Amino acid sequence: MSALLRVADVHVAYGKVEAVRSISLDVADNEIVTIIGANGAGKTTLLNAIMGILPLTGGVALAGEDILRLEIEDRVAAGLSLVPEHRELFGTMNVEDNLQLGAFRIAKVVAAQSFERVYTLFPRLKERRKQLAGTLSGGEQQMLAMGRALMGAPKLLMLDEPSLGLAPLIVADIFRTIGELRAAGVSVLLVEQNAQAALKIADRAYVMELGEFILNGPAAEIATNQRVVASYLGFIHEDASRV
Amino acid sequence: MNTTIMLFLVQDGITNGAIYALLGLALVLVFAVTRVILIPQGEFVTFGALTYATLSAGAMPGTALLAVAMGAVAFGLDLFAGRRSLHRRLIARAFAINILLPVAIYALTSWIAGKNTPIAVNIALSLLIVAAIGLSLYRIVFQPLAHTSVLVLLIASVGAHLALQGLGLVFFGAEGQRGPSISDAAFMVGPLRFTGQSIAVYAVTIAFIVGLWLFFGLTLYGKALRATAVNRLGARLVGIRTTLSGQIAFLLASVIGAISGILIVPITTLYYDTGFLIGLKGFIAAIIGGLISYPLTAVAALVVGTVEAFSSFYASNFKEVIVFTLILPVLVLRSLAAPEVEEEKD
Repeated sequence: MSALLRVADVHVAYGKVEAVRSISLDVADNEIVTIIGANGAGKTTLLNAIMGILPLTGGVALAGEDILRLEIEDRVAAGLSLVPEHRELFGTMNVEDNLQLGAFRIAKVVAAQSFERVYTLFPRLKERRKQLAGTLSGGEQQMLAMGRALMGAPKLLMLDEPSLGLAPLIVADIFRTIGELRAAGVSVLLVEQNAQAALKIADRAYVMELGEFILNGPAAEIATNQRVVASYLGFIHEDASRV
Repeated sequence: MNTTIMLFLVQDGITNGAIYALLGLALVLVFAVTRVILIPQGEFVTFGALTYATLSAGAMPGTALLAVAMGAVAFGLDLFAGRRSLHRRLIARAFAINILLPVAIYALTSWIAGKNTPIAVNIALSLLIVAAIGLSLYRIVFQPLAHTSVLVLLIASVGAHLALQGLGLVFFGAEGQRGPSISDAAFMVGPLRFTGQSIAVYAVTIAFIVGLWLFFGLTLYGKALRATAVNRLGARLVGIRTTLSGQIAFLLASVIGAISGILIVPITTLYYDTGFLIGLKGFIAAIIGGLISYPLTAVAALVVGTVEAFSSFYASNFKEVIVFTLILPVLVLRSLAAPEVEEEKD
């Protein structure tokens, strides 16, 4: 079976500095894959390069088709979607318009179903549908960014730090929704600093350090790996003892 | 000054201001979507007006041929840009827009030229020709530079203005032209005389403002244009092509420019280079609106028109000086009020 997303031997450089070195990864249908790693490891750079925002060398294929030469817009049409770290919402437009534009590349009939699906996943957005995106709270903006990406009915959704700067209760809500996406047939590539939460919902995980993958495997195994526990999950025990 | 003269000047100012409002709105639109300060907007005015006047005089306007030539260049650029992934649909689409459309317009023009056609047909044809030129102008000059800084885009814009103005001289000669008025009707309201032409100016301006408002507020493409203006990366991430937004913006700007020209050419004699000065006054209104606000631009345009009317009455030699000096206090105020911004790096 061929993977939904196949990234082969990818390098990304900012000038002479290689931020991502020789990365290969697969995401299968109906799978949640997470990339964990410290700040500055190159996770965001990798996602941006897969989306076409940054140039890369190597191979990127979606559902067996080479998408390397496609522009961002055509990668969206091919079924790839990115919710970037800064969300990039249309702040002066209301929630409904933001969502409607998420379905820019798909047929109107399908868009109507997408609206229903997104409003079921995020009932809060339905309540706020006439509110300007820029006036939403951080959590609501994250929901809107995910909802907007889902409006286009992507095959693979890439999420860059969805929990960043959000209150714990909202983070739990966001992660619960990510889990629901798999049931709805959307594969997810999730980049997270919150390694514990990410490993809990993911099927497989890659650990990134200084631009390279140092480990990969089933999420449950990675979660018990000593090195990972020491570097990325260690703080959880401290937190737990403080609470 | 008595009330009659004052009313007279106000009326004159509002008529001119309405035209500046249209041009100012087009400038704001193009800048918001593409970051291009559209200096050649004035050439759209001239081309629209003089194409209409030439057609009405029963001659063949050179702009029709320009549309074909620019379309051919645009087609070449499209093929070159897409050379790595050429497929039939892409070629067919590029061919239809860049070759078929201008050639069809050219054929229609040469068939119609010389036949005493109704004014409406001449207007429609002039708009089509200028729209085709506007579309190709974006493809040839601005689309390849879309990722560069505002300054580079401005330099290209000045270049495009000079080139088109030169072509205007070739096509229309150095003599001024006037076109037939849309309506010869006139009526009096108190001391003021309203001509059919000035009513047409108000009607078209209001229709365009309402039309643009509906387009941006209700249609998917209008919203896509706004989205591109608000957040370029966000727009690309939902699959909106920045080139598509740029094309729509230039299409609207060229049609608005041409319609402004067609509206004023029965009132004033237009020369090949008159458009520039008219465009600049729209630009002042757009600057007062901060190149962002549509309502503020429209109001500022009416102020510019009124100031122009009064200064041409009191100090006609200094008319342009007074009008363009308006921009100084506005810039000072804006620079005091606005926080320092660095040019965006995208």
